[in-house]
Amino acid sequence: MKPFTYERAGSPAEAAAAAARVQGARFIAGGTNLLDLMKLQIETPTHLIDVNGLALDSIEATQEGGLRIGALVRNTDLAADARVRRDYALLSRALLAGASGQLRNKATTAGNLMQRTRCPYFYDTNQPCNKRQPGSGCAAIGGFSRPLAVVGSSEACIATNPGDMAVAMRALGAVVETVKPDGTTRSIPIAEFHRLPGDTPHVETALERGELITAVTLPPPVGGTHIYRKVRDRASYAFALVSVAAIVQRDGTGRVALGGVAPKPWRVEAAEAELPRGARAATAAILDGARPTHENAFKIPLVERTLGAVLAQARG
Amino acid sequence: MTKVSFTVNGQAVALSLDTRTTLLDALREHLQLTGSKKGCDHGQCGACTVMVNGRRINSCLSLAVMHEGNEVTTIEGLGSPESMHPMQDAFVRHDGYQCGYCTPGQICSSVAILEEIKAGIPSHVSADLNAQPRVTPEEIRERMSGNICRCGAYSNIVDAITEVAGRQA
Ligand SMILES: Cc1cc2nc3c(=O)[nH]c(=O)nc-3n(C[C@H](O)[C@H](O)[C@H](O)COP(=O)(O)OP(=O)(O)OC[C@H]3O[C@@H](n4cnc5c(N)ncnc54)[C@H](O)[C@@H]3O)c2cc1C
Ligand code: SF4
Ligand code: FES
Ligand code: FES
Repeated sequence: MKPFTYERAGSPAEAAAAAARVQGARFIAGGTNLLDLMKLQIETPTHLIDVNGLALDSIEATQEGGLRIGALVRNTDLAADARVRRDYALLSRALLAGASGQLRNKATTAGNLMQRTRCPYFYDTNQPCNKRQPGSGCAAIGGFSRPLAVVGSSEACIATNPGDMAVAMRALGAVVETVKPDGTTRSIPIAEFHRLPGDTPHVETALERGELITAVTLPPPVGGTHIYRKVRDRASYAFALVSVAAIVQRDGTGRVALGGVAPKPWRVEAAEAELPRGARAATAAILDGARPTHENAFKIPLVERTLGAVLAQARG
Repeated sequence: MTKVSFTVNGQAVALSLDTRTTLLDALREHLQLTGSKKGCDHGQCGACTVMVNGRRINSCLSLAVMHEGNEVTTIEGLGSPESMHPMQDAFVRHDGYQCGYCTPGQICSSVAILEEIKAGIPSHVSADLNAQPRVTPEEIRERMSGNICRCGAYSNIVDAITEVAGRQA
């Protein structure tokens, strides 16, 4: 790791202000993604702002009948919360399908949303990577692209967003709450939180410099059957090749978001009208415009079959 | 150098550390508690698993300076050769290891997963999210998936945990 200075933030607004003031500063929460990348010198912050002391670790009911999840709520606690298990089972299921028990005990809501890609070339500092080093090229295009994106990618980057939690949050219609360095706050719908790569794959989220996530809000529960199905190379402790987060209502209508296929949790609201017609029609609409590589073209039929299995399970 | 103090296995410690020092390196290199092992140093193998404030974490992916005031428990704090923790004893009797490198992490996780089940925390394989999870081989395997054993002692580890769980019930 490169040397860095360290401070414990006193309040969310102070943390944001400090992050904007010090060049090269980063927030650290659970540390499970940031430290991993710092050891490989993929991330080289000069200053770490520890946000763990900020009282952002509770889950509260909102006036609208939803839940407000503090940025520092640990993945274990969020998955185990009685209200989440009952009304947002999709979120519990997605969290429990991710990482390991040890990691979930540390990983936070905000850190999980911000986790970076698992593209093997992003991790290999000997390789060109537009995300790690803008303008250097993309070793994955024409390389080992089996785990990478089939839709939403660009000429500059075909990496996926590797997370599970955010896929469920996308289906649930979550909103990310933040505070900026000037102390103002804003709400970012999860659909707009993660960016498509375009020609700036190093810009991954809508956050501005120094902006701190304070919470994620869930709208009131929508009922239905909640299913998170993750397909991976091992039965546990592996990232998704493909994942399907679905909320299916009795009449066959519903919502679907996909993980493992795109640079962001992939949901196409207009395509959901196809759900009552089955997995084939829905997959074709959701993955319309997909541009897989020869190594990851298998993900398209895999999505269709996984969605088919999910819809069959929902019918009971 | 940054100062930090916490307790390890009930003993107060105060250290002055390079901010880059992980909790694992603080335990091994500065406190000579070499029970916790460094396998991958990237959160992938579980050999460095310790308990912090009663919860298991990967000590390799945590900075020591971030543990001000915390209570850390390592394998050395669970038991000793003369007075083993029931889980250590069960691992010995069930042959839950071969080379032993992953074992301290496996034992810390084993103790923790039984607490997690008792606390009602569901897992990926729990059929009903809202029911009290049970100690089944399937639940044990899923909950232990963050601990890798190069020697493949998995089935004996499951037997050791099952026995301890049965005795606690
Ligand atoms: C071996 C391994 C396996 C894994 N498997 C999976 C898996 O299967 N599925 C999955 O989804 N994930 C998986 N993960 C990733 C894991 O979920 C993330 O590492 C974790 O969620 C990150 O959370 P954290 O709190 O530790 O973040 P940190 O490492 O502390 O931070 C990550 C990023 O978020 C930023 N950040 C933190 N808090 C805030 C805030 N409040 N506002 C703004 N920015 C902030 C930090 O600056 C940093 O850039 C795995 C990780 C490992 C190491
Ligand atoms: S796909 Fe994206 S992250 Fe992977 S090498 Fe190409 S630019 Fe880098
Ligand atoms: S050494 Fe920490 S998980 Fe491998
Ligand atoms: S006993 Fe050798 S790695 Fe597990």
